Amino acid sequence: MLEKAFSGSKYYWTWIIILLVFISSGVIFYLRQFTQGLTLTGMSRDVTWGFYIAQFTFLVGVAASAVMVVLPYYLHNYKQFSKITILGEFLAIGAVIMCMLFIFVDMGQPLRVFNMFLYPSPASPMFWDAISLGGYLLLNIIISRVSLDSEKKGIKPPKWIKPIIILSIPWAISIHTVTAFLYSGLAARPFWMSAIMAPRFLATAFAAGPALLVILCLLLKKVSNFYAGYEPIQKLSIIATYAMILNVFFLLLELFTSLYSGIPDHALHFQFLYFGLDGNYSLVPFMWTSTILAIFSLILLLTPKFRKNEKWLLIACISVFLSIWLDKGLGMVVAGFTPSPLGKVIPYWPTITEFLISLGIYSIGLFIITALYKVALSVRRQVSI
Amino acid sequence: MKINRRNFLEIAGATFAIGLTGKYALKLFGSENLAENLTSTKRYAMIVNLQKCQNYSELNNGCNKCILACNKIHNIPQFNNQKEEIKWIWKEEFKHAFIEQENHYLDPEIQAKPVLLLCNHCDNPPCTKVCPTQATWKREDGIVMMDWHRCIGCRYCMAACPYGSRSFNWKEPRDPGNPRKYINDLHDQFPTRTRGVVEKCTFCEERLAKNQLPACVEVCPANALIFGDINDPKNKQMRDILEKYFTIRRKPELGTKPEVHYLI
Repeated sequence: MLEKAFSGSKYYWTWIIILLVFISSGVIFYLRQFTQGLTLTGMSRDVTWGFYIAQFTFLVGVAASAVMVVLPYYLHNYKQFSKITILGEFLAIGAVIMCMLFIFVDMGQPLRVFNMFLYPSPASPMFWDAISLGGYLLLNIIISRVSLDSEKKGIKPPKWIKPIIILSIPWAISIHTVTAFLYSGLAARPFWMSAIMAPRFLATAFAAGPALLVILCLLLKKVSNFYAGYEPIQKLSIIATYAMILNVFFLLLELFTSLYSGIPDHALHFQFLYFGLDGNYSLVPFMWTSTILAIFSLILLLTPKFRKNEKWLLIACISVFLSIWLDKGLGMVVAGFTPSPLGKVIPYWPTITEFLISLGIYSIGLFIITALYKVALSVRRQVSI
Repeated sequence: MKINRRNFLEIAGATFAIGLTGKYALKLFGSENLAENLTSTKRYAMIVNLQKCQNYSELNNGCNKCILACNKIHNIPQFNNQKEEIKWIWKEEFKHAFIEQENHYLDPEIQAKPVLLLCNHCDNPPCTKVCPTQATWKREDGIVMMDWHRCIGCRYCMAACPYGSRSFNWKEPRDPGNPRKYINDLHDQFPTRTRGVVEKCTFCEERLAKNQLPACVEVCPANALIFGDINDPKNKQMRDILEKYFTIRRKPELGTKPEVHYLI
C-alpha cells in the first residue's frame, strides 16, 4: 500500500523535498548535539527542560485528539466522519512519532534509552508515559491499517477490530493524562502541581487537534481533489470551539486559585509569564499574543457567520492552534522552572540548535503524515473509480 | 495461510515486540535482591552549625575549604559558566537557601549570609521516585545514590528535587582536546563522569566504606559539620544535638524529610 506515496504531482514532490531539506538540517544539528552534548541548548542547571520537552507535551495533545473523530464515528455512529477518521488516526501516528523523537533528542545519554525497559520503574510517571505512548502508536497503526485495507478491498472491517477501536478511546485520554502526571506530581514545582493540569491538557488537546484537522482538510481541498465535506468540517470546528472555551475556563480557574490565594510559590510563575519577573520579560509578549489569539479565535468560532465561512474558519483554527502552541509549547515548561525552587530567575531561550532540531522533527512528522495521507487518498480515489 | 512479504514482516515485527515484553515482564514481576541490608537501621545524617561556619569564615576572610575538598576528590569540573555549573556542596544566601523562612524584617546582612547547601539525602526523596531507570535510589543507610552508568540523562530527578541539589553534565567534563581544561587536578581514586548524566553529593560513600568521614566534614577547620549515624545506639551525639537544640531543615513542609539539619 505504501507504494502509493511514491507517485505524485510536481507540487507533491516539491513539498517532499522541502521537508527532506529540513530533516537533513535537523539530522546534521542533532549529530553536532550528539557529539558535543546538550551544552548546545539553552537549558541550564536551573531550567533543566526546555523547548524539546515542551514540543513533546504539545504533540501528545495533538496525538490524543484523534479520539475526537474516532469517538463520534465509532461510538455514536456519526457517519459524517467516515471520510476523516482515517486522517485523524494518521495524524495521531505522525504526532506520537514526533513525541518520541522529542524525548530522544532531549536525553543526555540517548544510547541508553533501553535502560527504561531493562530497569522498569513503575513509580516513575515517565515509565507509564512510555507505555501509554508506545501502546497508542501500536493501536493507531493496527486500526488505520486494517480499516484502510478493508476499504481498499471494499469489504467491511473484520469484527475483531471493533474492541481495539473502543480501547483506543480511553487510551487516547490516558496518554495526555499520564503526560500531565509527569508534571503535576512534583512537589518541587508548584506551578505544575495543580489538579487541573490533566483536564486542561485534554482541553487544549481537543481544541488544537481538531483545529489542526480542519486546517489540514481545508489544505487538502486546495492541493488535492479530496474534500472532507462541509458538515464534518463544521462539526470539527464545533468540537474545537467547546474545547477552547473549556481551556480558557480552566486557565481562569488556575489563575484565580493562584492569584487570589496569593501564595508566592504559585503566583510568581504567572507573574513571570504575563508580567515578567526580576527584569526577565522573555515570555511576556508571547503569552499576551496567546491570550489575544484565544479571544480572537473564540469570537470567530462563536459567531455562526464566521464559523460557517471556510475562509474565516481557517483563520480561527490557525489562531486556536497558535494560541495553544504559544501557551503549551513555549510558556508552560519554562514557567515551571522560573523562578527556581531557590527563588531565582535564570533566563532560558532556545538556541539555533534546539530550533533546527525541532524543525527537523516537525518535518519528519509532516513527512510521515503527508505520505500516509497520500496513501489514504489514493486508496479512496481507486475505490471510487 | 499464505505468506507474502508484508505478512512476513508484520509477523516478524510482532514476534520481536512480544519477545521484548517477555524479558520485561520477567524484570517487573521477578524477584529482586532485597535481602541485602534489610536488618540495618543505619541512617546517615549531617548537622551544619551555621554560627560556627559563618563566624570562622568571617574571621578568616572567607572559607571554602569544604567546597574545595569536595571538588578535588570528586573531580568536579569547573566550567566558569553559571548555566553549566556542577556543584555537590556550595554556598547560597540565607534568603535563597531558606526561601520558606521569608521575613522581610530580618537584617539584609543576615539575609545575605552564606549557607552551606548539599543534597539533603531525604528520607522520602522525590528524585528517586521519578527516575525511569532506577539510576538513583535510597540506600538502606539513607544515602541517596547515583549510578552514572545507568542514568539516561532525562533530568526528571532535577525537576523533582526541591533543593536544586542535582547537577547535569551539559558538556564533556574531560575535554577531549585538553583533559585538564575543566578538572585541572585529577584525582585518580575517583571516576570522572561522562557528559549527559546527572550527579550530586553522595555523602562520600566511597570514604564511608573505608571508615572515613565525608571529605567536607574532615577538612572543616571550624568543626561546623557534624556527621554520623543518627540511629547509632552507642553514639548518641547526633540525636542529642537534634533533641536539645533548635535546628531547621529546608522545606520540611514538602514531606521529603531532609537529613541535613541546620543548627542556628
